[in-house]
Amino acid sequence: MKLLRKTIAAAAAVAATTAFADVNIGVTLSLTGPASGLGIPVGNQFKLFPKEIAGEKINLIVLDDASDPGKGVNNARRFVTEDKVDILFGGSITVVSAAIAPIALESKTPQLSIAPVGVPPEQERWVFRLPQGFTVMAHPIVEHMKKTGVKTIGFLGYTDAYGESWLKEIEKQAGAAGIKVVAVERFARTDTSATPQALKLTSANPDAVLVVASGSGAAMPHKALIERGYKGKIYQTHAAATPDLVRIGGKDVEGSFVVSGPAVIAEQLPANHPSKAVAVDFVTKYEAAYGKGSRNQFAGHAYDAQIVMQKVLPEALKKAKPGTPEFRAALRDGIEAMGRTILSHGVMLWTPADHWGYTNETGVLLTVVNGQFVVVP
Amino acid sequence: MDATIASILALDGLSNGAVYALLALATVLVFAVTRVIFIPQGEFVAFGALTLALLQARQVPGTVWFLLVLAAAVAVQDLAAGLRHGQPAGRLAMQALRTLAWPVAVSLLAIWVAPKGLPLLAQAALTVALVTPFGALLYRLAYESLADASVLVLLIVSVGVHFALVGLGLFFFGAEGFRNPSFWDVRFSVGALTLSGQTVIIFAASLALIVGLWLFFERSLAGKALRATAVNRLGARLMGISSSSAGRLSFTMAAFIGALSGLLIGPTTTVFYDSGFLIGLKGFVAAVFAGLASYPLALVGALGVGLLESFGSFWSSPYKEVIVFSAILPVLLWRSLRDPHGEDH
Repeated sequence: MKLLRKTIAAAAAVAATTAFADVNIGVTLSLTGPASGLGIPVGNQFKLFPKEIAGEKINLIVLDDASDPGKGVNNARRFVTEDKVDILFGGSITVVSAAIAPIALESKTPQLSIAPVGVPPEQERWVFRLPQGFTVMAHPIVEHMKKTGVKTIGFLGYTDAYGESWLKEIEKQAGAAGIKVVAVERFARTDTSATPQALKLTSANPDAVLVVASGSGAAMPHKALIERGYKGKIYQTHAAATPDLVRIGGKDVEGSFVVSGPAVIAEQLPANHPSKAVAVDFVTKYEAAYGKGSRNQFAGHAYDAQIVMQKVLPEALKKAKPGTPEFRAALRDGIEAMGRTILSHGVMLWTPADHWGYTNETGVLLTVVNGQFVVVP
Repeated sequence: MDATIASILALDGLSNGAVYALLALATVLVFAVTRVIFIPQGEFVAFGALTLALLQARQVPGTVWFLLVLAAAVAVQDLAAGLRHGQPAGRLAMQALRTLAWPVAVSLLAIWVAPKGLPLLAQAALTVALVTPFGALLYRLAYESLADASVLVLLIVSVGVHFALVGLGLFFFGAEGFRNPSFWDVRFSVGALTLSGQTVIIFAASLALIVGLWLFFERSLAGKALRATAVNRLGARLMGISSSSAGRLSFTMAAFIGALSGLLIGPTTTVFYDSGFLIGLKGFVAAVFAGLASYPLALVGALGVGLLESFGSFWSSPYKEVIVFSAILPVLLWRSLRDPHGEDH
């Protein structure tokens, strides 16, 4: 009996020391529920996460938050109190990311968000985002408009936060480029018709129309514009850069312009795009594991989390031991100061003032030719 | 705005309104016969459109598995009730067979023919055959045992059924939307107006269905039985009309109308698993115009909602839904001033 007790005590001591030495990462993802379409590919990529970085064992603890911010908060609390994680990854959707940001602040744990989340200024310090913000995605669109002599644009977007953020961004950047937004129309994903909005836009007759919608929802307003005989350029945003746009839009979306992150179009990137090599690496490895055509932007963000860790961990390990508040602070400082870093999704440059970080080299403008996305030369 | 724009808007509004009209008729029908405010009416629209879309993609639609699960649940419910009342085994078996025969047969047919890629019209017929039995099954599972409950309880059940159906819709159809091919790919030009074949089909099908419903209620025994139940449930029961079979029939018709509306609207917009709710809700607004009682008024209300929506989105697209749903307030006021009566249950 005594022997047994001794063994248990020894085993516990060993376990405690290894747990102390390893780097623990808490990951909360929406693997089930309405947003599981975004969370599952992220989870798939994290299954390929390296077991060891800089000679240190990595424990990736992945929990499901069922697309529910409440569950995400529970997961995050568990991570910081029981697992004593050194860094948080997640959530994979904005609402969960926003809900766990206060916990990141309270426990002074850095958070790499896999969703584009805006947080109050006091929480900003611990939150870093992997997806691109609207500023860098609007940049290639406005540049292309300037180059092709577009003077007036119309806006046709969702009546939700996605539409609103784009409207603000495009008004700002287009305004700076001397392009006028002459008509702003809104619609909802489940609307049965966008004909009235299309009518109004065609009668305003701008040189180009920006359609702000996601996936298969982006096709309906696009088709309505074509049906009403709109002849100008039509631009789509990065949420529409999926095969669903072409599947539903068919020949009506031919020749339109779609902005995208570089990760999913890896092979097609021009040789001088900084992310080319990294993006190709991501796509090759992901498709080797999950089948041809399985690539997607969400898994790309998870891949980028790995690049960030590989760059930041060795430095932080020199400063402190994993599992300590000093180590967490060293990680945070390291991420903020890691400088220009090539990710599969673009070029990241986090600074103390900017935790979104992508530079304008990031976005790529595509056009639809014969049902395929092709990079605009 | 000039006459051209106004006429294009009117056409767009009326063709949406025609679909809302069908849903409004179904809502009025179900309420009149069973006192159920049937919020999930719109879900049948999404189920219809998405089932056809998946058949088009030569896949077995999720509706098939859903239908089988639902039929099995109803059969088990019947069995439990039968055993509790000590009914003979032969009768129990007959009952189960009656419940399961149609869903199983049509499901097997769908599984067999789905990969073959039938012509569009045959797929449309199969879609209607798959979605229609949902009506009676849902009624038996969720409402029949509560047939004498208050309108409020039935409404709460409806909300629950709506959430269940939307969630299951996401599970069976996935998050992405589909757009169906047009049944008739032609365009007519009338002045500045372009009329697509699908618009003509929407008008023709709505009209045919309305006339069909009228004939059904005026000329057939089953239709008269439904009307009798709607006027006075107790009286109809004393005359030998089963109020539960009247309920099943009205829900079956509601599902049929819903599936058909889905087929009509599928080629004109992208339908998602959750698209049905707002479409159904607009049908419901139209039904409220009619005080949930009058079919012709529901038709007028639905066309009005379609027009209001179309002109509303032209003038001020961000506030389109606000305009449509606020329009219900003056109507409610007018109705309550016109016939002031207390809650009658």
